Amino acid sequence: MRLLRLVLTRATFYAAAAIFAALFAIPLVWLLFAPFDARANLAVRLPHPFTLANFGKVFANAFAVRALFQNSIIQAGGAMLLVTLLATLAAYALSRSPIRGKDLLSYGLVLFSSIVTGTAAMVPLFLLIYSLGLIDTQLGVILVFTGGLLPAAIFIMRDFVDSIPRSYEESALVAGASAWGMFKDIALPIVRPGMMVVAVWTFVNVWGGFFVPFILLRSPSNMPASVAIYSFYTEGGTPIITLTTAYSLLYTLPVLALYLFVNWRYGFRFFGGIKS
Amino acid sequence: MARVVFDHVSKHFGAVRAVDDVSFDIEDGEFICLLGPSGCGKTTTLRLMAGLEQPTSGRIAVDDRDVTFAKPKERDVGMVFQDYALFPHMTIAENIAYPLKVRGAPAKDRAARTADVAQSLGIDHLLERRPGQISGGQQQRTSVARAVVHKPKVFLFDEPLSNLDAKLRVEARSFLKHLQVELGVTALYVTHDQAEAMALADRIAVMEGGRVVQMGPPLEVYRKPATTFVANFLGNPPMNLVPVKLRLDGGRARLQAAGLDVAVDPGRASRFRDGADLTLGVRPEHLRLVPDAGEATFTGSVYTVEPLGPETLITCTVDGQLVTARLFGDEPPELGDTAHFRIDEHHLELFDDAGVRVER
Amino acid sequence: MPERRTILPLRTGLLFLAPAAIFVVAFIVLPFFWVAVVSFTNRSLTGPGALHPHFVGLTNYLQLFAPRTFLQPGQFGSSLLITGQFVLFSALIGQAVLGLVLAWLFYRRESWVKQTVQTLAIVAWIIPDVVVAFAWSAFLDYGQGTLNHILTGLGLPRVDWLLGVPMLSIILFNTWRGTAFSMLLFSSALGSIPPSHLETADVTGANAWQKLRDIILPLIRTHIVTDLILITLWTFNTFTPFLITGGGPAFRTEVVSILTYRIAFKYFNFGSGSAIGMIMMLINLAFALVYLSLLRRREATR
Repeated sequence: MRLLRLVLTRATFYAAAAIFAALFAIPLVWLLFAPFDARANLAVRLPHPFTLANFGKVFANAFAVRALFQNSIIQAGGAMLLVTLLATLAAYALSRSPIRGKDLLSYGLVLFSSIVTGTAAMVPLFLLIYSLGLIDTQLGVILVFTGGLLPAAIFIMRDFVDSIPRSYEESALVAGASAWGMFKDIALPIVRPGMMVVAVWTFVNVWGGFFVPFILLRSPSNMPASVAIYSFYTEGGTPIITLTTAYSLLYTLPVLALYLFVNWRYGFRFFGGIKS
Repeated sequence: MARVVFDHVSKHFGAVRAVDDVSFDIEDGEFICLLGPSGCGKTTTLRLMAGLEQPTSGRIAVDDRDVTFAKPKERDVGMVFQDYALFPHMTIAENIAYPLKVRGAPAKDRAARTADVAQSLGIDHLLERRPGQISGGQQQRTSVARAVVHKPKVFLFDEPLSNLDAKLRVEARSFLKHLQVELGVTALYVTHDQAEAMALADRIAVMEGGRVVQMGPPLEVYRKPATTFVANFLGNPPMNLVPVKLRLDGGRARLQAAGLDVAVDPGRASRFRDGADLTLGVRPEHLRLVPDAGEATFTGSVYTVEPLGPETLITCTVDGQLVTARLFGDEPPELGDTAHFRIDEHHLELFDDAGVRVER
Repeated sequence: MPERRTILPLRTGLLFLAPAAIFVVAFIVLPFFWVAVVSFTNRSLTGPGALHPHFVGLTNYLQLFAPRTFLQPGQFGSSLLITGQFVLFSALIGQAVLGLVLAWLFYRRESWVKQTVQTLAIVAWIIPDVVVAFAWSAFLDYGQGTLNHILTGLGLPRVDWLLGVPMLSIILFNTWRGTAFSMLLFSSALGSIPPSHLETADVTGANAWQKLRDIILPLIRTHIVTDLILITLWTFNTFTPFLITGGGPAFRTEVVSILTYRIAFKYFNFGSGSAIGMIMMLINLAFALVYLSLLRRREATR
């Protein structure tokens, strides 16, 4: 009787797990098979005939190549460098210097950043970039992403800096280091893991971001891969499934790779802001 | 090598007086322990010396040079932190050499000096490792090595032994004492462990509420505690403190409490009136077990018996008050027995109603 | 007194803070006020409103709330209702409940089964928007889509997901998309419950449901509220349904973010778009204030 119950419980558990696994996996199976299928359509089937020619089509398409290998990298990389640098400096200051009301400042930062979202503020963001003369430029996209991601990045980073004992920096000061030497030799190397997490987080967010480049960019030569994929499957009549799925797969791989890297290197420490 | 002067130094954090009008001199090569409970201001005093805090008022000098507002790097001190604060991204060698590096010493000299110090501290086989790969005791030695490598004028220690286990702590303690004597460097050492302070210090400064309440050689502070606070803080178990009333009766003086009656030299009590409230203090090792009530100063019933090997601790209740005796060799009484104790007058300390010791 | 220990002098600290502050002021604080200003004008991208916008008072707001059109398809009221349904069913019910179920299912189990299911949920969550939207467009396709293949395989009739039940489609999509966040939050919340609490319940003979109701849910209450508010905020502001349905057919999936986009960037009516943006921000503000007061209370009781 007891054995039967145990078997039933186990069986229920595995059945439930299998159903959930299927629910999450099935919508993506097509995306895994179609890129290798010479005659891919919207249906799921094992690639037949199996081919790598679809990727060849991607590399033959100048627009696609430029969007993925140039524009997306410039925009995600640019925002990544800016956000990581500025968030590290700001979080370090908020943690280690006697700025009055810094906790109130942090709260205000979270408050404002959760109110002023990209979609709610699309008009003023557009007007701001417009008046800076940066419409249809990569720099405009980088600036808007940087502004939008900074508050959460500062928050993540401050959490990290606060968790580091001050005695590291104090012992450097007592050892005779100047303020700058202490920051460069001791503080920066110690907060590097936090910077890596923020950098990866920023890169993934901008890489996957669609709305900001969608409203700020006009010329095809400036579009990142996200907007390119959207135009592939919405414009020009029937979508070219073979090209678009292969392209989507190439575009997704860096995100998965970075996720695996962070998971392996730092463990997947749960923090609310990995994606917003 | 240096003389250190604290001259009426105070440090306030808002309304909190962390350090309150502290003055003392440290002689060249002297080992001073700042002893007190947490929050007494000892660590802030050390940080004022290091330059990690700046005083609200007062003056700090090293060798007659005013360093009150000098930056840490201008002070030429070496400091060992409670958590050692070894830089996790540097090897042991790089950690030790860091003070030399920021002083711009040539790489060759750095390596030679680092090897030298590491060898004298017995960690020369660890130089290529990282702090995470060595034991707590080795980390502690590395931290000491980093503090001495540039031959500082003053050594600062912030509870450097508190993260070690009990056995290692005693070992590290003798080692630190030996090292300080060998190097002959002035040292300021913060601890809340009275045994550590007793063992290490040339002089102990006991702190309470931001003030230094007593400063002197360990045995003097132990034997003649300036206040009941010091009496209670030093010694394990601490001094027995019993509230008593003074009875002056025709040129004779007696101290009385329920279950206790002892005669004292009237000279010691001369400035008090009959019936004054005093506190009697006696160290546990100065309570003698006597066979009958006639010789006894007081009588109590045995509450706990704790055999510790060389000695046995006996705690008795005397009219609701707990009194502890440390007995050596005697056949100890058993639980529930009635025990008679005698206190010889020269072992007896008196404190007035403010808790201040009465001089003999 | 560690909070009093300063390592960076004030001036250096302000210098470190300045560049980030400039960005935050320019791209967060300024737009907040700018959107309010523009919402009282007839500013547009083209035409006379582009060069010389006029102050038009409450006209934009009055139009949004005009009783006669308020609830008509493609109007503000209808869009708000759609957004409300979207948030309620996909976030509060879909993501939160499914996330809790998943966290509970794998609570105190470490196995490859857990790893697999959680990794699949996380993959669904981290893949870029356009890619999942593309995959779901194919998944829901009437003629060839996987979902209808499965239904016919089970002997059920095909469903015209994108044209027949578009609301259900984007709700299913967003549930699938975002469950990982709630799952991870609840997993970490469950992980922080001391095992002794549950062992005590075991000893007293509580069954699994009683343990969930009497011990686990009360202990992770603040995590649940945090989760609900965050996913509400995100779902309320998301633009992703646009990538699947474009807001259609016939405005039936036009959540407020898509409505704003249509009015501001299709009709180039910035004034009216800003008025909607302003109302979105006020709704965001309400949620954020609840969340912050919650955070503060939790810190106070710590």
